[in-house]
Amino acid sequence: MDERITSPTTYWVVFAVLMGLTVLTVGGSFLELGEWHIVVGLAIAVVKAVLVILFFMHLLHASRLNWLVAGAGLFWFGILLVLTLTDYLTRHWQAY
Amino acid sequence: MATNPGSLLAEQFDDLDQQREADRLGMWIFLATELLLFGGLFTGYFAYRAWYAYDFEAASRHLNVLIGAINTVVLLASSLTMALAVHAARSPSPYPLPRGGEGRVRESGRRLPLFLALTALLGLAFLVFKAVEYYTDYRDNLVPGTSHFDPAEWTSLEPPVNPARVQLFLMFYYIMTGIHAVHLTVGIGLVGWLLARAVRGPIPPEGYAPVEVIGLYWHFVDIVWIFLLPLLYLSGRHSLQDLHF
Repeated sequence: MDERITSPTTYWVVFAVLMGLTVLTVGGSFLELGEWHIVVGLAIAVVKAVLVILFFMHLLHASRLNWLVAGAGLFWFGILLVLTLTDYLTRHWQAY
Repeated sequence: MATNPGSLLAEQFDDLDQQREADRLGMWIFLATELLLFGGLFTGYFAYRAWYAYDFEAASRHLNVLIGAINTVVLLASSLTMALAVHAARSPSPYPLPRGGEGRVRESGRRLPLFLALTALLGLAFLVFKAVEYYTDYRDNLVPGTSHFDPAEWTSLEPPVNPARVQLFLMFYYIMTGIHAVHLTVGIGLVGWLLARAVRGPIPPEGYAPVEVIGLYWHFVDIVWIFLLPLLYLSGRHSLQDLHF
């Protein structure tokens, strides 16, 4: 085969970390965090997604072309999200 | 079942590595378009979550966080079994050489069908839990636009919650989890197709590309759920009484 084959041990370790993060994110929702709930939840979700992408989806050992496509998709989504929110978050005449 | 690379190589490619790279690139590009689909839904949700934070949080508290958490564990486990299936498809299984023969040592053995079956079963388990959850939502008066939604239940809270905004949240919830469930069903079908192929005749390690590519799709569906969980279910504070079916 061409590139490195990720070993099953790596998969199990990543899975254990994902489980821990899930416990953290669900458990965190039982604490008194006020408006930080969604921020903490999203931050943990980003870490989980990065782990899945790098290891389960093999992006870590993949060619630069795959990195480019993944990065382009994320960048596009970033534009969509940020530019849309610059509109919705600055309409102060709406009743919040 | 032919194990020579010649039968796996399509005409337009120079060698198997190039073909495999093209398969992978094709799936990554498709996943980028799937990001277009879910990205639009997420952006819509973000915009209204920013505007109606209080009402969305109040509504989020009523979703079944226990089933949401169980489903997260189920999908993460299915991603693990899918990754292990791809690994089983790539590596030759440690079978001893049969006397006088030499082709069988390169087959993926029983591990590939096992992990594919586990992945499909975990996916089905997710769908079962989702169906149960939709029933509990129906039972708890969380179906907008029907008799199973009581606006008075929301305006009577202290401070009052706007029932129209709650209905908006619930529409986002049903549509986002519904489209996710459709994607998951397609994924289960694809994994089932792989399973049928792997059972009918062993897949040679050189031909592991379909397994990897369907694995990429499966992990993407998992990632969508990873984000759906905090946005929909963990938006507000929960108490231990919220842990029920």
